[in-house]
Amino acid sequence: MVMISGGEYVPLYGNREQPVQVAPFRLDVYPVTNAEFLTFVRDHKRWQKGQVPQLFADQKYLIHWQGDLDTGGLAPDDAPVSNVSWFAAKAYCQSKAKRLPTLGEWEFVARANETEVAAADEDGFNKLILNWYGIPTRLPLPNVGHSFRNVWGVWDMHGLVWEWVMDFNAVMMTGESRKDASGLDSQLFCAAGAIGSADPNDYAAFMRYAMRGSVQASYSGQNMGFRCAQDIAE
Amino acid sequence: MSKFGFILYLQSLGFIVFGLLLMACQPREQPPVEAWEPPTLSQIRGEQVAELTAPPEVPPAIDRDHPTKLIVNLEVQEKVMRMADGVDYTFWTFGGTVPGSFIRVRHGDLVEFHLANRSDSKVPHNIDLHAVTGPGGGAVSSFTPPGKETVFSFQALNPGLYIYHCATAPVGMHIANGMYGLILVEPEEGLPPVDREYYVVQGDFYTRGAYGDPGLQPFDMDKALKEQPDYVVFNGSVGALTGDKSLPAKKGETLRLYVGNGGPNLVSSFHVIGEIFDTVWIEGGNATNHNVQTTLVPAGGAAIVDFKVDVPGEFIIVDHSIFRAFNKGALGKIEVQGSEEEIIYSGKQRETVYLAEGSTSQSMPEGEPVEKPVLTAAQRIEQGKHVYKNNCAACHMPDGTGVPNAFPPVAASDYMNADVERSILAVARGLEGEIEVNGKTYNNVMPRLNLSQDDIANVLSYLYSTWGNNGTEVTPEMVRDALE
Repeated sequence: MVMISGGEYVPLYGNREQPVQVAPFRLDVYPVTNAEFLTFVRDHKRWQKGQVPQLFADQKYLIHWQGDLDTGGLAPDDAPVSNVSWFAAKAYCQSKAKRLPTLGEWEFVARANETEVAAADEDGFNKLILNWYGIPTRLPLPNVGHSFRNVWGVWDMHGLVWEWVMDFNAVMMTGESRKDASGLDSQLFCAAGAIGSADPNDYAAFMRYAMRGSVQASYSGQNMGFRCAQDIAE
Repeated sequence: MSKFGFILYLQSLGFIVFGLLLMACQPREQPPVEAWEPPTLSQIRGEQVAELTAPPEVPPAIDRDHPTKLIVNLEVQEKVMRMADGVDYTFWTFGGTVPGSFIRVRHGDLVEFHLANRSDSKVPHNIDLHAVTGPGGGAVSSFTPPGKETVFSFQALNPGLYIYHCATAPVGMHIANGMYGLILVEPEEGLPPVDREYYVVQGDFYTRGAYGDPGLQPFDMDKALKEQPDYVVFNGSVGALTGDKSLPAKKGETLRLYVGNGGPNLVSSFHVIGEIFDTVWIEGGNATNHNVQTTLVPAGGAAIVDFKVDVPGEFIIVDHSIFRAFNKGALGKIEVQGSEEEIIYSGKQRETVYLAEGSTSQSMPEGEPVEKPVLTAAQRIEQGKHVYKNNCAACHMPDGTGVPNAFPPVAASDYMNADVERSILAVARGLEGEIEVNGKTYNNVMPRLNLSQDDIANVLSYLYSTWGNNGTEVTPEMVRDALE
């Protein structure tokens, strides 16, 4: 893990006058791999694909693995694990005395490129991310350490897999829109998506928010992985 | 919720000439509109799966006389396809094509819509059908992550031709990647029968490289924001409706084009060269207009155009915002087979010298004739460059690469390098009919250009000196000899 010293930033659905504060925390350098997840399900039988209740993982949970304890050719050891639900990701992190990063933490770290903590305004950076979003992914996924290492020392925040965050479905329910129960859906579509966004040109961020907003916690998708975070002990 | 007035409008077709005169002095009589009530559940009979078609095909007309529960299965696919020769693009599609599958339902049908998103898709998608009455046109209810399928139902309350499109943020990018198509809500009494129906949708595309730059081209957000597309095409790619994919027809048939415009940005000036639309259902709604040359199709809008093809030949479909047609790909073709109808269209009957100023202007001015300097090869090439720019580049492109399926390349052209005299004659007299250039067949017309023998020599010398051609210097004497 690496130390993220924290800071402040304006999220896509935020207010430039009131940046979000991110406290210091630690974050995994890489997304969790198939080999790591295999060790986890070996030790925690209830998260094996033949055992997991459908409430916690849909039918596609680990569907590209050959068996309960056999990853197989579509899931190389060092490739990020995907087709995992939010529940499973959360349980994995807990088993390591860690947790999923929050949406705010994840987005804060995702703003960094190789040299800058906040590269979101750099033209090339956004294009790089959009390029990845634009191309469908076939299995097997590339190994972790695939895209780039950002200035925090964290690999693959963009260009490998989508990643679960703890409060993935809180997308539209931040700040003043918290009261707006229907905001979660309606703001994502058509012109409404641009209303209230801090930067209507940040297409990359729109796509992440759309992706998170489209799924439920049992969702298992072949482009969806995760990594863990950890609080700094007081 | 008003009933279509197709029939009444058509009856008035015969009176159109008188009608036009009368309309100027008295208000046009409105056809009576019957109240239309959406069918109740008990009136919706049976259940069937809708037949969807890939462009340019259209599903057959509906022969049911009652509303039914119609199941539509549409799969979102993100896939790499051809944008132009040598140019690929990662399209996001409804059903694997751009435009997406054509959906045909009957006024009053209860449509059960299944939207599936493949597991290898990178992003969630949804669908906003402009034929839907309900929030988001179905967008909210059909929001589907990769590897899932969603279902929602709607009743087709308004007849007409409608665009559908993806409405997931960022909407512009989803549409710019090709996520649109047409849904026809057929009126209860149906549309007037025609011999052939085709499905044509215009779209604008924004790529990192310029028009024709080879390879897999990524989406360019900056160009999209500035509304400066590199490609404006019919049915998803340059040449989707030309060459062996031209739309066939026979002389004497009536054609109907279901025309849509996915945008995301541009409004189309839809026109078929050499045809007049007998009937246009303006904006895809109830109102019809007749004898229309060019009809406007807004982004996110549609139109139905009917016309009879009276004479054989090639009829070019264009966006008459014309640079899009000749420089960005907005060209399609209807090929009408049949024997000539010279009473309707004669073809060129004669060509004679046009003496605009009368014969006196032909005499030489007083004084010594000016002797033309003999140019060096380098001067010839330099002058030829300007001749090319002013007379040829519009079709053959400033870099000589031509336009796929329309105008052959003059760069590295095996056709030119094989036969200099043939090239001279082509420039001097024009060229018509099928030729093969660099392995591709072209069948088009190059007009005779009004160039002097010197200009012809210069422009050809320039072309042979550049872009990988064989370096032949063409002199005015060679041009004169060739023409004799």
